[in-house]
Amino acid sequence: MTSENIESIVNKRYEHGFVTDIETETFAPGLNEDVVRAISARKNEPEFMLEWRLQAYRQWLEMKEPEWAHVHYPPIKFDEISYYAAPKSDDDRPKSLDEVDPKLLETYDKLGIPLHERARLAGVAVDAVFDSVSVATTFKGKLADVGVIFCSFSEAVREHPDLIKKYLGSVVPRRDNFYAALNAAVFSDGSFVYIPKGVRCPMELSTYFRINAANTGQFERTLIIAEAGSHVSYLEGCTAPMRDENQLHAAVVELVALDNAEIKYSTVQNWYPGDENGVGGIYNFVTKRGDCRGANSKISWTQVETGSAITWKYPSCLLRGENSVGEFYSVAVANNMQQADTGTKMIHIGANTRSTIVSKGISAGKAQNAYRGLVKIMPQAHGARNHTQCDSLLIGKECGAHTFPYMEIKNPSAKIEHEATTSKISADQLFYCRQRGISEEDAVNMIVNGFCKEVFKELPMEFAVEAQALLNVSLEGAVG
Amino acid sequence: MLEINHLKSRIGDTEILRGMSLSVNAGEVHAIMGPNGSGKSTLAQVIAGHSDYIVTDGSVSYMGKDLLELEPEERAREGIFLGFQYPVEIPGVNNAYLLKAAVNARRKHQGLAEVDAFEFLKIAREKMAMLGMDPKFLNRGVNEGFSGGEKKRNEILQMAMLEPSLAILDETDSGLDIDALRAVAEGINTLRAPDRAIILVTHYQRLLDYIEPDFVHVLSEGKIVRSGDKSLALELEERGYDWVHEAATA
Repeated sequence: MTSENIESIVNKRYEHGFVTDIETETFAPGLNEDVVRAISARKNEPEFMLEWRLQAYRQWLEMKEPEWAHVHYPPIKFDEISYYAAPKSDDDRPKSLDEVDPKLLETYDKLGIPLHERARLAGVAVDAVFDSVSVATTFKGKLADVGVIFCSFSEAVREHPDLIKKYLGSVVPRRDNFYAALNAAVFSDGSFVYIPKGVRCPMELSTYFRINAANTGQFERTLIIAEAGSHVSYLEGCTAPMRDENQLHAAVVELVALDNAEIKYSTVQNWYPGDENGVGGIYNFVTKRGDCRGANSKISWTQVETGSAITWKYPSCLLRGENSVGEFYSVAVANNMQQADTGTKMIHIGANTRSTIVSKGISAGKAQNAYRGLVKIMPQAHGARNHTQCDSLLIGKECGAHTFPYMEIKNPSAKIEHEATTSKISADQLFYCRQRGISEEDAVNMIVNGFCKEVFKELPMEFAVEAQALLNVSLEGAVG
Repeated sequence: MLEINHLKSRIGDTEILRGMSLSVNAGEVHAIMGPNGSGKSTLAQVIAGHSDYIVTDGSVSYMGKDLLELEPEERAREGIFLGFQYPVEIPGVNNAYLLKAAVNARRKHQGLAEVDAFEFLKIAREKMAMLGMDPKFLNRGVNEGFSGGEKKRNEILQMAMLEPSLAILDETDSGLDIDALRAVAEGINTLRAPDRAIILVTHYQRLLDYIEPDFVHVLSEGKIVRSGDKSLALELEERGYDWVHEAATA
């Protein structure tokens, strides 16, 4: 598509009452087909992509917002959201750390984040601080040597349309759910990973290194394809608090693992949770699903969720290949007024498929934390096994923990185990620790980290250390 | 080292300590005896700084400092150790981890370098051998699934590691069979030192068969009603607490 065409589309929308503020590159609030077309045009997308978006939009119009989650919030006004914002130009960013909110810097300090990274996280104009491009270039070269593709979603749509056509929406269909459909219509950007046959990705892939990672926006889309016999570990998110003015986040992640392939997907989510009264936090409504399409394939989700005002997220595995394995390890923290409804779905379709679920929910303040999980054994899934462990830890008197485990077993050979516990950090435990010279805060951290260690050990080493520090910061002031 | 003057304390609306006084010097072992409800455990908790116990009158000074001004963790770092009557379980927290954090909190306060994991394990293994404890205890959750005897031994291990100036052992003998009692008592005896004071809170005389106290005090209705040497404990064993109580009120 030529730039002339884009201009004409954008201008045409303008005639229809669609305003583009050239200064900030942000679309006026509201959603209609013209907005979808304009997003696609801005990204120079091929025709098939626009068509796909439009169909998603039309499907979305017919869908209803889900209401079954154990979360409460005022109705979202979809007409008041702006669906496209170009990355901010350097002129709009803080010029140095001196211009950044000192409170944010204080948190970075507690998390032990290196100075140059603080600048990047706080949105300081990157080139003024360090040369991220050169780091990323070296990195890309290494990956290219083994044929791994790791790029932004927009780039993949333009450069690898065949792969996108083949796999996009093949795990999370457009009309899978309300927010997945919305994402499909207006997704802003995200990551694309392709690991060729038999390749073991030579490094952990982290969004940190992705060029154009800045401001992927509120509707992020990720697609990871692991060809037969390949292996990849992907790290998403960041332990440092991320600032974002957009309240609604609806991301979609699709993973495809073919025969004998393995995908390990680790997330640390630390979006702004709002203040103590819950004002201003992010709504994080995410659809994440992995498809163990091939025999002996494996998909492992590990997540540490501490941010967002509301989290609604169920990373799932479709265990279609024989002997395929699905894993879900989760720590979800809800403090102050935060609400979390998170868990997983393990759908056993192939024979001898196995799944493991370890969920650790921590509630403090007035927060509500729910685990919602489904284990489904289809009739043809002979010899399927699942082990679920679901633990809740309460800090204080005003928080709540809820567990909603669902099981649908349609094959009598299935072996299913479910263990659940609820415990509380008691005053006696804290006094005991304090009598040994350990401060109350350190004692809480120690108990919380002990509670979570089964999940932390699944995280890549560096991430685990950061996650531990993050948990400590998230629960600061939870007791007392 | 420790000067308690006319101390009064209550829990809820119930006054438990009613003007008790006690003076403890470095190197001494004091046994505090008394019937149930006399205030023995309350005394231990007040010295450690438990917030459920409200001090309404009197003073406690420790090494010249006003103890009641300090937070529980500050008291611990200053060298006060409480061996709990009912040590709490902390599932998921590794015993070694808690102990190392405790040792380093104290060392840091003393201006000493923190011990690393290597050094820590070496010292811990030595002390455990001394107490006849299986080293695998270190890798279990704090008191998690421990038997009564194991919990008490674990308290003494912590005391050995922390090397306190003042150790208060609250009913350390309760719930122990004779072998465990001997092992715990031997552990305590090896920890007697000229710069360390120990207060044994106990209901029965039998612990004192193994640990010879310098002083024995009898607590009744929140006050010390009689003090003496180890022979007082034997006399108590023979004549019962009613005797002291009657003598005190007579």
